[in-house]
Amino acid sequence: MAETVLETTGLTMRFGGVVATDNVNFSLKAGELRCLIGPNGAGKSTFFKCIIGLLTPSEGQVFMRNQETTGWHPHEVASLGVGIKTQVPNVMDGLTVVENIWMAARRFMPSKEASDKAQDVIERLALGSIAKAELGRLAHGERQRVELGLVVAADPWLVLLDEPAAGMTAGDVDRMSAIIDEMTRTAAVVIVEHDMQFIRSIATTVTVFHQGAILMEDHVDKVMADPIVRNVYLGKKA
Amino acid sequence: MSRSWGRQDAATIVAALVLIWLMPLLISTYTLTVLVIYGMLALSLGLIWGFGGILCFGQAAFFGLGAYTYAIAAINVGESTLPMILAVIVPALFAALLGAMMFCGRLTDVYLGVITLVVTLILFKFVNSSAGPQYVIGEARLGGFNGIPGFHTLNIPGQPDEYIWGDALYYVCAVALLAVYFLVTWLLRSSFGRIAIGIRENETRVSLMGYDVRARKTILFAIGAAIAGLAGALFANWGEIVTPGLFSLGQSAEIIIWCIVGGLGTRLGPIIGAAGLAYLKFLLGQQSLIDNTLIMGIILVLFVLFLPKGIVPAVASLWKASFGRRSGRKPAGRRHMRRVDSANG
Repeated sequence: MAETVLETTGLTMRFGGVVATDNVNFSLKAGELRCLIGPNGAGKSTFFKCIIGLLTPSEGQVFMRNQETTGWHPHEVASLGVGIKTQVPNVMDGLTVVENIWMAARRFMPSKEASDKAQDVIERLALGSIAKAELGRLAHGERQRVELGLVVAADPWLVLLDEPAAGMTAGDVDRMSAIIDEMTRTAAVVIVEHDMQFIRSIATTVTVFHQGAILMEDHVDKVMADPIVRNVYLGKKA
Repeated sequence: MSRSWGRQDAATIVAALVLIWLMPLLISTYTLTVLVIYGMLALSLGLIWGFGGILCFGQAAFFGLGAYTYAIAAINVGESTLPMILAVIVPALFAALLGAMMFCGRLTDVYLGVITLVVTLILFKFVNSSAGPQYVIGEARLGGFNGIPGFHTLNIPGQPDEYIWGDALYYVCAVALLAVYFLVTWLLRSSFGRIAIGIRENETRVSLMGYDVRARKTILFAIGAAIAGLAGALFANWGEIVTPGLFSLGQSAEIIIWCIVGGLGTRLGPIIGAAGLAYLKFLLGQQSLIDNTLIMGIILVLFVLFLPKGIVPAVASLWKASFGRRSGRKPAGRRHMRRVDSANG
């Protein structure tokens, strides 16, 4: 039986009187790919931020490979070997692509090996033509792809991606799907996403969030055919 | 990704040595010494602000701490070697404590500036009101507004009676600046320096890569303070007196202006900005027609409006546009992996 790499128990996050995530129990096995979906304000991103340490949950616990990480700082979570991509492209605009990726790899290996690793990631993600370009000069899709490169460079066993396909062209989305598919060979992946076409192309199991809690968790086709989900997520009557 | 020392560095050393040798033919060594010291002070802020993204309004605090530490220790010890070492260590420790509190408290941007400004004001107020006989450290009285005069100045290590002063002090300060310059160069080429530049660019991303941003910023802040402390100790030796004015807001503001005018994100820019503006101030001080501060203010406004990146980046851009190759998007090769960071100039 596959090891549980990520687990939350009773995870609750309150902002004053507003309950953003409410008693969320979630678990993810090694090698699994899971998409988190839900309408705006459903609590997906808050849940994501609680896992990666950008928010400290009001209640509940987070476990990674059976180690409690509740309230840890993002750098401590990342140090475990967790690759993180946030909603807005989070890259170092003034540095080149190769410098960005080198920095991500350097955290886990010596400088020389990090250089080789950066070169390897650039080739795998087909970033060669922009390797010397400053991130600030690149298009949105290219920046998103480079940020995935930062995640890949650390050889993570758990990858957490918040809206990786947001604002991308169809071609970029296809490329992104291929990269994520490759990631699942070595890591468990959690993706927060809105783009249903993209989700259908990559995911088998999805978790639906609604009003801060998990509404449903099942195969993507079953979820999309479920009348309650269609009502809350797609705005269609059952 | 780190770049080894090469011909460009050798050329920099030769050019610097020639400049150190030639400058006394144009300007008196007494004036040159303080210009060199100010260059070192500006470089300390240029390092933490230009490469680490830490805007410190209180770099004068570390400068003053270095100067006072030297003066107090020199009076108690009766020679200069240990006081020089203490003048580097004490500001660094003080900055490490202050930095740990600020960065662990997730203070950034303007809040960080306010805290450092307030610390400088507190030190200024305290030292300024320390004239009473109760303010004594060993044999050294703090002296309040009058400061501390008459301490033992720089001597050859192990020979307290062999003073280094006049032209010799200029050469010592100039070589010290060169050494600090290459220390900063080495730091910026190391993994630590490159990651510090990453923190400047995007603190959250660096944190999400697994780096402890708070610890790294604290260390960088302390290194900047150590350099400012060394500059303060050399200044104490140059002036042969330390006064509360070293902690003044005017001093803090000037360091920031030097960096902006010279060019942030470069090593040479702050040094050129400091030496150039300090010399201009020195020249303006010889007349009474226009107020010095007004001129400095106008210069800052003009630079912010018309040359916001500062002198060195502007000259570098002009050079590149005139003589450099136009760079396009080229495929990444192994050679590209050896690319140096933005620590040019």
